[in-house]
Amino acid sequence: MANIKELFNDQALMRELLLDHYQYPHNHELVQDGTYLSKHMASASCIDDITVQADIEDGTIRDLRFDGVACTISTASTSIMTELLKGKTVEEAKRIIGEYMKMINNEEYDSEALEEANVFQNVYKQANRIKCATIGWDAVKEIIEEKENNG
Amino acid sequence: MFDVNSVRRDFPMIVNNPDLIYFDNGATTYKPQAVIDAITSFYHDYTSNIERGEYPTAIMADKAYMNTRKVIARMINCQDRQICFMGNITACLNQIAYGLGRDLHEGDTVLISYAEHASNVLPWFRLKRDKGINIRYVPLDMQGNLKLDELEECFDDSVKVISLAYVTNVLGSHQPIREVCKIAHRHDALVVVDAAQAIGHIKIDVEDLDVDLLCFSSHKMCGPDGVGVLYGKYDLLQQMEPILLGGGMNARFEADGTIILKDAPERFEAGTPDIEGVIGLAAAAEYLMNIGLDDIHEYEKELRSYFIDKMKKLDNVEIYNPDIEAGPVAFNVKGIFAQDVATYLSTKNIAVRSGNHCAKILHNLIGVDQSVRASLYFYNTKEEIDRFVDEISKTTLEATIDVFL
Repeated sequence: MANIKELFNDQALMRELLLDHYQYPHNHELVQDGTYLSKHMASASCIDDITVQADIEDGTIRDLRFDGVACTISTASTSIMTELLKGKTVEEAKRIIGEYMKMINNEEYDSEALEEANVFQNVYKQANRIKCATIGWDAVKEIIEEKENNG
Repeated sequence: MFDVNSVRRDFPMIVNNPDLIYFDNGATTYKPQAVIDAITSFYHDYTSNIERGEYPTAIMADKAYMNTRKVIARMINCQDRQICFMGNITACLNQIAYGLGRDLHEGDTVLISYAEHASNVLPWFRLKRDKGINIRYVPLDMQGNLKLDELEECFDDSVKVISLAYVTNVLGSHQPIREVCKIAHRHDALVVVDAAQAIGHIKIDVEDLDVDLLCFSSHKMCGPDGVGVLYGKYDLLQQMEPILLGGGMNARFEADGTIILKDAPERFEAGTPDIEGVIGLAAAAEYLMNIGLDDIHEYEKELRSYFIDKMKKLDNVEIYNPDIEAGPVAFNVKGIFAQDVATYLSTKNIAVRSGNHCAKILHNLIGVDQSVRASLYFYNTKEEIDRFVDEISKTTLEATIDVFL
């Protein structure tokens, strides 16, 4: 059985995937709904400006959305993240985020857990752009932490 | 006119990186060997602190430090005592806003423009917040040029200061500072000039301009980092309260709180200054004056016109400052985020800057937040421009994405 990591050795496929998520980002609309927790990532850099919203109920991420002005990598990585984490329990999401961060930092990671997000496996080679690949993920991480701290 | 190939041999960064196209001179400039030698000599031969050392190496350091005032004074046509050294131009602009701000009151107005760098905006914003002054914006055309014929209307009795970049940092618009001074002085307003992008690119004559306060950074004129130069009319410098208090800037103080400050320029130089930097700055200024600032400007104009003609022929770019005479080219590749263009270019060994370039209110003028800025200097060549334009013509969304795969 082909390892999922090997599927992502196909450059044309990876490019297609990134282009798709950049040009037609998924879950790319915020909602006016008080049940959503929101995180505006404006001070992380002076370039990308992203807001992420999450609806977390009963320990499950029911919905995840984002909007903002950002580069290809920020937009595509956040778009892919929303698809990947939506419907997951908070515990599952935390594990996936952890594996993603390992990949971004060029450490051993569980590629099966990351599905489409494996497309960012080589971003670590552009050291100054690592933040772009993590900005949306950091937002969700912070939302989860705040949710857990506030009960 | 100088020979660019011979000039290039003076710069170790160019010699050591022959394939790197450095078009980020608006951010910082390369240093000629003469500057590096001056700094090395300070550390090899006469390392000492300045002021009051009675031994030979300290006297040498003193002399070298003071010599930079002379050289810079010659470069911008003023007296030595009008040249103060601070940590960078940001420190100078903060000193100016702090010093002038003490005499500003609620309802007073400071004029700036949408094309200013953060360091010529935020210190004034703080005065707005803390003292209730007004900030108003002078009229600019779409490429950042001051509309001089509408400037007079900006002045009323409340205007005390107008603070502008000589050459703006994204669009490269060259403001008519001499005329600004005439108009401002008719209305008893002071003129502050941020010359960060002008110094080393054009000849600056502070007396001819009649500017009240002007500042620039060493590192943008082939000098070392860590030195900002503040020029001022002497009476104004003598009246201005220093932002930093400490050693080297006071004449005496007593237990009861009495402080007697030294005269300018020393009063603005609290603490041990960047001695190596100040010494290196003299070497940079001498180097540029030897080449000739008028020739540098002429060559930059020639480069820019060559550059912009080629860029205009590409249909995948949008240029924000096509008609500027000299200075950077600010543009976007259509449909591609500026930072992605810069990352792509970096894989082709080309250095540019992308983003908002610290000019975060410029979008009010040009309608976009992000752009790519290619800023050249007198050591750049037409061959580099050819290679650059060729790479821009090949910059597609797919190509910028492939960088990350």
